Amino acid sequence: MKPSPFEYVAPTSMEEALAVLAGDPDETKVLAGGQSLVPMMNFRLARPERLVDINRIPGIAGTDVVADRLVIRTRTRHLALQNTSLPGPLGHLLRHAAAKVGHLPIRTRGTFGGSLAHCDAASEWCLVASLLDADITAESQARGSRTIAAADFFRSIFTTALEPDEILTSVSLPLLDDSWTAGIAEFARRAGDFGIVTATAAVQVVDGTVTEARVSLGGVGEVPFRSVAAESTMRGEAWTTDLITAAAQAAAEEVDPPSDIHGDAAYRRDLVRALLPRALGRP
Amino acid sequence: MSIPSAVPVRLYVNGDRYDVSVEPRRTLADALREDCGLTGTHLGCEHGVCGACTVLVDGQPMRSCLMFAVQAEGSSVRTVEGLAIDDTTLHPVQQAFWEHHGLQCGFCTPGFLTLAAGYLEEHPDAGEAELRDVLSSNLCRCTGYQNIVKATLAAQQAMNGDPDGDTDGDTDTDADVGGEPA
Repeated sequence: MKPSPFEYVAPTSMEEALAVLAGDPDETKVLAGGQSLVPMMNFRLARPERLVDINRIPGIAGTDVVADRLVIRTRTRHLALQNTSLPGPLGHLLRHAAAKVGHLPIRTRGTFGGSLAHCDAASEWCLVASLLDADITAESQARGSRTIAAADFFRSIFTTALEPDEILTSVSLPLLDDSWTAGIAEFARRAGDFGIVTATAAVQVVDGTVTEARVSLGGVGEVPFRSVAAESTMRGEAWTTDLITAAAQAAAEEVDPPSDIHGDAAYRRDLVRALLPRALGRP
Repeated sequence: MSIPSAVPVRLYVNGDRYDVSVEPRRTLADALREDCGLTGTHLGCEHGVCGACTVLVDGQPMRSCLMFAVQAEGSSVRTVEGLAIDDTTLHPVQQAFWEHHGLQCGFCTPGFLTLAAGYLEEHPDAGEAELRDVLSSNLCRCTGYQNIVKATLAAQQAMNGDPDGDTDGDTDTDADVGGEPA
């Protein structure tokens, strides 16, 4: 189908974009990569009266290392993160997560910030943000800039803490030093499909003991699910294959996944059990 | 709200300049077909899944159904019409698809051709697994994909000037269908 008519504005500064949004926040949508918004408009599931296109604004794509964090600016394309030369466990995680986002012609266009703001339950970037307790920065004309913790950002399906007059401008993630292992494992029936279940994990090991553990799971709820059970199973314990198996078991017991045509709850639990070790590099 | 009127958009398609006037809601795919008269770009699903509408925008493969024409203002677009070297010489990817039966009904073919040509030109040394991953972007309901993979690999060799890889037409494509390792 074709989208319903809309007014199109393509400002060349963030201030201008925020002003357009402030003028009519409820009927204006931000257009970044458009790889989720435009399909919804083509289906007429979304019928915004106005689009504010941020693709002509300079300086809002790319990444910067600031002290011990990586700042990802909002319009950074998925492909740029797939090709990032960032060293260490975070670079590894970003490259592997990006490679699972749709297909190449989606990754050339879709954006990191757009994925977070869209908040699809299967989004790899929402999982990464949840996993690493990202700080998410949003700006509005009325209230300026504010930072939202990932734990407070993802509210429910397609719903975030962003206000209608706000634009997500950047996201910061902790740089993980080499004491960390981080990864992602996803199960989908075909390459590029939305994952039925996706596991992300980051574990810090010092002298053979897990000092910090984080697990975030997709496809088991409306938003990324931090598995407290898996994390506490690993924290303080010796880093062994048995420990990973135990953590995967704990996560599988903790989740309360939905059943749908793609997989019932028991199947998704099994996927959690199978995928969490793979996210940590174990078969 | 008043219906937004058409706005002028300047596109550079296959090296030619097109000054068109489109509503903001017109997708790049529809603008190419309806306003530029370039109907080689096909529209299948219109929601980014099938890849039939894939074109190269400033050298990058993109779904032209998920981009509005106004967003391509000033951009260079390459469509399937822009692949052939001249009126009598096909692009190596087109030639290889022909010789290796990489198409049947042909509906998805423009998307596969632009996707494969664009990628091979940028990544001449891509391995088979990498190319299969790229080709997984698009859907084909006729061929079963094996001959599309075969054609793309043959095109790569031809583009890299490997005489053994050139498609001389006697490759036993039919006998290999289904026997190709995944």
